[in-house]
Amino acid sequence: MSDTTIPGTSGSPGTPRARHARHAKSPAQPARDPRSPKGPGPQDAKPAGLWSDAWHDLRRRPLFIASAVLICVILLMAAVPQLFTSVDPYDAAGCRLGDARQAPSSGHWFGTDSQGCDTFARTVYGTRVSLLVGLSATLVTTLVGGLLGLVAGFRGGWPDALLSRVAEIFFAVPSVLGALLILAVFRTGTMWTVMLALAMLAWPMTFRIMRAAVITAKGQDYVIAARALGASGGRLMFRHILPNSIASVIVVATVNLGVFIAAEAGLSFLGVGVQSPSISWGLMIADARPRFLEAASPLLFPAAFLSLTVLAFIMLGDAVRDALDPKLR
Amino acid sequence: MAATGSPILEVRDLVKHFPMTRGVLVRKQIGAIRAVDGVSFDLRRGETLGIVGESGCGKSTLAKLLMGLERPTSGSVRIKGREIADAKESELKRVRRTIQLVMQDPYTSLNPRMTVGDIVGEPYEIHPEAAPKGDRRRRVQALLELVGLNPDHISRYPHQFSGGQRQRIGIARGLALQPEILVCDEPVSALDVSIQAQVINLLARLQRELGLAYVFIAHDLSVVRHISDRVGVMYLGKMVELGRDAEIYGQPAHPYTQALLSAAPVPDPEGRERRRRIVLQGDPPSPASPPSGCRFRTRCWKAQEICAQQEPPLQLRPGTWHESACHFAEVYDAMRSF
Repeated sequence: MSDTTIPGTSGSPGTPRARHARHAKSPAQPARDPRSPKGPGPQDAKPAGLWSDAWHDLRRRPLFIASAVLICVILLMAAVPQLFTSVDPYDAAGCRLGDARQAPSSGHWFGTDSQGCDTFARTVYGTRVSLLVGLSATLVTTLVGGLLGLVAGFRGGWPDALLSRVAEIFFAVPSVLGALLILAVFRTGTMWTVMLALAMLAWPMTFRIMRAAVITAKGQDYVIAARALGASGGRLMFRHILPNSIASVIVVATVNLGVFIAAEAGLSFLGVGVQSPSISWGLMIADARPRFLEAASPLLFPAAFLSLTVLAFIMLGDAVRDALDPKLR
Repeated sequence: MAATGSPILEVRDLVKHFPMTRGVLVRKQIGAIRAVDGVSFDLRRGETLGIVGESGCGKSTLAKLLMGLERPTSGSVRIKGREIADAKESELKRVRRTIQLVMQDPYTSLNPRMTVGDIVGEPYEIHPEAAPKGDRRRRVQALLELVGLNPDHISRYPHQFSGGQRQRIGIARGLALQPEILVCDEPVSALDVSIQAQVINLLARLQRELGLAYVFIAHDLSVVRHISDRVGVMYLGKMVELGRDAEIYGQPAHPYTQALLSAAPVPDPEGRERRRRIVLQGDPPSPASPPSGCRFRTRCWKAQEICAQQEPPLQLRPGTWHESACHFAEVYDAMRSF
């Protein structure tokens, strides 16, 4: 975005701009505005842009570091669960009915479930499905809802009317019923169909939030100033309007992530989501629920992992949102 | 500040009506807001034309029309002989290198998420032919220095500056493409009085150094007088009086101008009591249904039968040296004290 030329290394002295510069140094120049900002800051006189400044700022935020470390661990768990446990929960031979509903012990850190399977191993292996469903549904929802909202808010007129009506149709469907309907069409519940069902029902919310934020940003003076400079529609949208309307969408996305992971659990519980023998946190919570009073650990541990994951992403979203607002740095 | 040569901006019978519609499915036009209704003037190189008038008289719409941000309903705007009223976007983009804008509110006219360097350098990204890529940063710093800011603050964000400094950033952005005309839409109204003077003086210095022509829109009479060579007075979408600043302020011929000037506070207590204040009755009529004939007649103490029937054109009137749009235009002597 900004170039890195050192001042005064290029350009011929005869250009009109050089004339400007010469005049600026003439004695007729009034004293510099006395209320100049506090002395040169560390970031001064160095190429900067919103994203690079945000990254620079993020790296020094404890909130960001904590959430990033947590997310890395969770991602690692999803990618290579073997690193965390030697027990393979997909191997039925590992579960002994005689060990059912044991409390946490040195042999089974998180205890065992009603089938006698190790809860820790199942929780670790369940990360992959839960995270994939949550992340992919969030990604699709944010991209589709965000982009459509940007276009609808920016263009207005018939594209806005059309997209808004379509969004309202999806809005009108009760989410559980809608998901049941969509998943019933696919018959087999896999995490991709669950993801699709969740994304289809959730994008209108992101769409509406984005559209409202874009309409607010569109009328701002700096957008008019950019238009007066001859800026193209793409530049207005992606340079001026998007950075100033994305904050609320980031927040909604982080909240959505938790909602999606929980919704996947709910759909699995209803029998249309991911099915055994697949392992997901939602399935585990649903399985353990009827016997919660006898054995709490098969429910509590996956629920705790779920909460930690959601918390980590919400903290990350907060940190990113703050870093993208220069006033909060 | 001498204005020379042929006009670089010619405005003829410029009209902008905003349609008022009713209905959800079938839109029906039920009227129009006549924001600008037949305005004509010329602007010469290096000249400053002040435009004054109360809120809602169409000043800001006029600025948007001059910038090509709104399409006029009819009439013509020619910049260096090139018509922009019905120009294509690509043509308009070329014209924008000649005419640029300084906006009213320095707190909302700068993108809070862009650095000053990016804000002032954006014109070069939109018009890459205006400056070679490697030269842009140096030019941005030269611009910052030109408007009296520290060029080392190029990586700062707008919120780290005061209102006056922000307005300087806005001016630097407007100057980046080396325009010949700067449309200033109330450039100091949002600033403290002490900062107003700094910015006005900056604009005056830039005009001397760069030979800029200004269309200076404001509602503050003393600010306009300070910077303008000529002044146009607007009322309800029409130009009611147009002349050199000394004429408008010394010998106003239109009753509205006289009322406007008499309402301005006079700092000198000497003779203040003897000055007559003209207090206008009522509010300006709605621009959706302006009065017939002369638009000012509903509040004018000179109004006669003819004012309702015939619209007075903006022209030279007997006994005055500048154009005014009043059937009964005459110089009002009591204004000398202003």
